[in-house]
Amino acid sequence: MNKIKSLSDLKKMQEDLQSKMSLRERSNHPESIIQIKVGMATSGIASGAKEVMTYFINELEKRNIEAVVTQTGDMGYCYAEPTVEITLPGHEPVVFGNVKVQKAEEIIEKYIKNGEMVDGIIPMNYETINNI
Amino acid sequence: MAKFKSHLLVCGGTGCRASHSDAIVASLNKALSDLGLQDEAKVVTTGCFGFCEKGPIVKVVPDNTFYVQVKPEDAMEIVQEHIYKGRKVERLLYQNPESKERIGDSKHMGFYKKQIRIALRNCGFIDPENVEEYISRDGYQALGKCLTELTPQQVIEMIKKSGLRGRGGGGFPTGLKWEITAKEKADQKYVICNADEGDPGAFMDRSVLEGDPHSVIEAMAINGYCTGASKGLIYVRAEYPLAIHRLEVAIKQAREYGLLGNNIMGTGFNFDIDLRFGAGAFVCGEETALIHSMEGKRGEPTLKPPFPSQSGYLGKPSNVNNVETYANIPVIINLGPEWFSSIGTEKSKGTKVFALAGKINNVGLIEVPMGTTLREVIFEIGGGIKDDREFKAVQTGGPSGGCLTARHLDIPIDYDSLIAAGSMMGSGGMIVMDEDDCMVAVAKFYLDFIVGESCGKCSPCRIGNKRLYEILDKITKGEGTMEDLEKLKNLSTVIKDSALCGLGQTSPNPVLSTLDNFWDEYVEHVIDKKCRAGKCKAMMRYIIDAEKCIGCTLCARNCPVDAISGERKLAHVIDQNKCIKCGACMEKCKFGAVSIN
Repeated sequence: MNKIKSLSDLKKMQEDLQSKMSLRERSNHPESIIQIKVGMATSGIASGAKEVMTYFINELEKRNIEAVVTQTGDMGYCYAEPTVEITLPGHEPVVFGNVKVQKAEEIIEKYIKNGEMVDGIIPMNYETINNI
Repeated sequence: MAKFKSHLLVCGGTGCRASHSDAIVASLNKALSDLGLQDEAKVVTTGCFGFCEKGPIVKVVPDNTFYVQVKPEDAMEIVQEHIYKGRKVERLLYQNPESKERIGDSKHMGFYKKQIRIALRNCGFIDPENVEEYISRDGYQALGKCLTELTPQQVIEMIKKSGLRGRGGGGFPTGLKWEITAKEKADQKYVICNADEGDPGAFMDRSVLEGDPHSVIEAMAINGYCTGASKGLIYVRAEYPLAIHRLEVAIKQAREYGLLGNNIMGTGFNFDIDLRFGAGAFVCGEETALIHSMEGKRGEPTLKPPFPSQSGYLGKPSNVNNVETYANIPVIINLGPEWFSSIGTEKSKGTKVFALAGKINNVGLIEVPMGTTLREVIFEIGGGIKDDREFKAVQTGGPSGGCLTARHLDIPIDYDSLIAAGSMMGSGGMIVMDEDDCMVAVAKFYLDFIVGESCGKCSPCRIGNKRLYEILDKITKGEGTMEDLEKLKNLSTVIKDSALCGLGQTSPNPVLSTLDNFWDEYVEHVIDKKCRAGKCKAMMRYIIDAEKCIGCTLCARNCPVDAISGERKLAHVIDQNKCIKCGACMEKCKFGAVSIN
């Protein structure tokens, strides 16, 4: 890995990373670009987020669904932990609340495979500086 | 399997459920199957939209149509018009209150979104253990800009102009603090991050550290550039193991990428960060006590001045800011101070993160612009009170803050309005209470906390708070007198005026604010020996109504202390001296003969 030696290095790295990501989002191979983020702050982990994340990783592999599963911080919905955000190619990200293993199974079979939404979606009710 | 073309999202939050969103789900499903459209669209219930005022909400995706105040009888029209014919039902669309224009796409009605996430911008978006994700979302750009394009004084001017004030509770202007540290002359200065979050029920700083550690690291480096410090220290409590782990990973990655260390981005600027662990003492959130704890001394505060900016860690000038304060800095540099100061109120700029807890439906972490009202936070974003109970009070500012009541719900949340109302902003804990909470017991809870956490250095805090606690305890046991209430008031004022540090000076606030706002409840405890919330057990008496009691003996058999006596088929009696007020008799009685007096 190269050290960032100047501001232009940093800017170049940011551009590379962003184009890598948008490539993922705009790819023509939908099956390869599903993104799953599991909220793994203390509150999420205490409610079983680790188990759910492992379940997603193992089950998606078993079923030959290519997806990027990553951890992230607190999404703010502590009343509905564990929370999982799923971005299907060409779709807006969708956050699911109270995702235990059983719910994860339903999400894989219905939403990830078929784009069919399931109960327990948490509507995004805030803005970030990136979408103002 | 069917591939659905659209989804109808029906809000299943408590507010909307109370206005029959369940019936809407059923009617929508029926309408879909009546028209044979069950394979075209699917109905899904969701969590709270945070727009309860206009509920029940139905949102159609993918076209993001947002229907408000929907009734079950509207279901057929929505399905027929929208799903079948592809036309929006105009009359149910949200109407902009000013322009009276109906808005079809929820993306254009951003104003309903009461939250703006600045400090939490990356929290829940990026992988906190991967610096590249932070970089891809403008990470370290602000540091790069400062180092290459701006002088330290220019950066300080930007922070001053932004109007950012300390988010740890005090609300001291951040830019001014930086300027004072920068002006000091010393061979070594320090940048300190106060991550000793200690208010009961507060978890804002932990979430930022766990979700976006690099934002704090970047901001500390910017502060180092401004003040001339090459060393940063984060004081984080050892009870936050995950936050510590994520910080350690983040610092390691930042070093590997050359974003910490020597000659950062080829500019000759050197900066590095170390962690210091606290043992979880509340007083160590006070900046002088925090510094002493870092030096390996007892965590006790000292009199200010000198301020840490003049003489702090190891006697060197040290800039101490809270986690959330730092998390705002990169955004101010990137988007400009004018942008930042366009959010918020006249004297409180930007946003504030709150941890919503207590008897509220949507317990969680929120970030709202300064000036948002308590009502919007509790009843819109928070989704209202649990189990449809009556709102009683909201506690802000932790043990240094106070309890506000229903008549304060419309005050805007900012530093000055909260202080004027008898509470304070604090670090951002917000605990909501309902009619089942006894305000005397709440005051007692906070005093108990303070007595345990007082460092003991000054007598007003060490002894005074203990006495306050004892008086409150006496009142909750039904032994209080009206003189005790006077004593509470006087002693609180004395502690406020004479304690050494900020924590001691604010420690009687929970007592003073409850005395102010819930005087009747105190008097009830003292004169009527009654606790309306049913929390103060010593004052409760369980009694058996002889007319209703049929002598089934069930209560007597279930009483754990054998306090109930009576012959079979005759009315029973509770021996008040033996009764421990567990309530088992009332729970078991099938005839409603047991009541609380």
